[in-house]
Amino acid sequence: MINKIVQSMADALAGIKDGSTVLIGGFGSVGQPDALIEALIEQGATNLTCVANNAGTGRVGLAKLMELGRVRKIICSFPRSANSVVFEELYKAGKIELEIVPQGTMAERMRAAGAGIPAFYTATAQGTLLARGKEEREFDGRLYIMERALRADVALIEAWEADRWGNLTYKDSGRNFNPVMAMAADTTIAQVQHIRELGELDPERVVTPGLYVQRVVQVDRGAPWV
Amino acid sequence: MPYSRAEMAARAAADIPEGWVVNLGIGMPTAIADHVPLEREVIFQSENGVIGMGPAPAPDAVNPWLINAGKQAITLRPGGSYVHHADSFAMIRGGHIDLCVLGGFEVAENGDLANWATSENDSAPAVGGAMDLGAGAKRLWVIMDHSTKDGRPKLVPECGYPLTALRAVTRVYTNLGVFDVTPRGFVVVDLAPGVTLEQAQAASAAKLHTST
Repeated sequence: MINKIVQSMADALAGIKDGSTVLIGGFGSVGQPDALIEALIEQGATNLTCVANNAGTGRVGLAKLMELGRVRKIICSFPRSANSVVFEELYKAGKIELEIVPQGTMAERMRAAGAGIPAFYTATAQGTLLARGKEEREFDGRLYIMERALRADVALIEAWEADRWGNLTYKDSGRNFNPVMAMAADTTIAQVQHIRELGELDPERVVTPGLYVQRVVQVDRGAPWV
Repeated sequence: MPYSRAEMAARAAADIPEGWVVNLGIGMPTAIADHVPLEREVIFQSENGVIGMGPAPAPDAVNPWLINAGKQAITLRPGGSYVHHADSFAMIRGGHIDLCVLGGFEVAENGDLANWATSENDSAPAVGGAMDLGAGAKRLWVIMDHSTKDGRPKLVPECGYPLTALRAVTRVYTNLGVFDVTPRGFVVVDLAPGVTLEQAQAASAAKLHTST
């Protein structure tokens, strides 16, 4: 019997090694696996490369992980948000490496990794500072740059429902980066609001089939998220 | 009188026809949607995978799972749908968005846009989806003040700040008027009531042409 549902956060995060590349889902606070990030802080892995749209806010979650000195490098599209105090401090002090990636290129690099595509060409960022060092090539009269796939050891994602095969549904704009991150990691760990019986999820509503998911843990966010 | 912020948004909104799929950048561009009546069916897309955004919700009807790219609470109108981030940017990068409106630091007379970093050594530049939108949308308009707060012109012969997109902007809405980017450079479409061509030119580093 396939059963990817684990009963504790420790089991969910077990085995993450120092030096891992970790994808962290969510856009703003929506679809962001807060409980898994807290559990990663507890778990202790360090020297991490983290991939997330933002570079953390306040002093909790990803920002706390960074403040504890556990993140060597962050790959993101929008490091400067309203309250990204920890990142700003670390960056100014030269204590964290930053790779800034256009948001669509970031999503596509992970989708490509999941689809077995090592690199692709895009017009995004062509001719800008973010094209530096990248191969440029002309197709049909337009210039494109080559971007490499972005594969990771671990993805921490949030979904709405899961069954024991790891099939996932999402809620509203909570989908965002989560499905592409699920595709791009060796070990995808999903925090979900609801566990359903196998067969209970409408196959038409499953966005991430369970083959992309290794572990599922239920986290009830409580009101108003239910 | 130069346009107020709301008048600038309304002026840009007036030029968006029914049926277009439109992505509005964070900040000033977002306000444009408030001036497009629901009866004129314009489909607003947000980078985080929302197609068919509706007006802001009533305070007691906020859905915490539903935000726009500016992280504000929104609604989904009938006919709307959700996709994940790679699909959202596939529609942006694949030329399926009729119009994107972004804010700007500078627009050059060849259509270059600078709007993401103020220097090469910016402490932490944040690009978000601006480069994807600039390269991928069918049309790129910019809405911004005509000059910076300290009076420097933002319509320029050549951008000084790092570029977001090359030769991409086709129209600029400012507090002084509306300007098309053409092979000749900036051409005045119209000016805010009471603003003269001489005043607009004095506030611009690039030459403003008239269509006649």
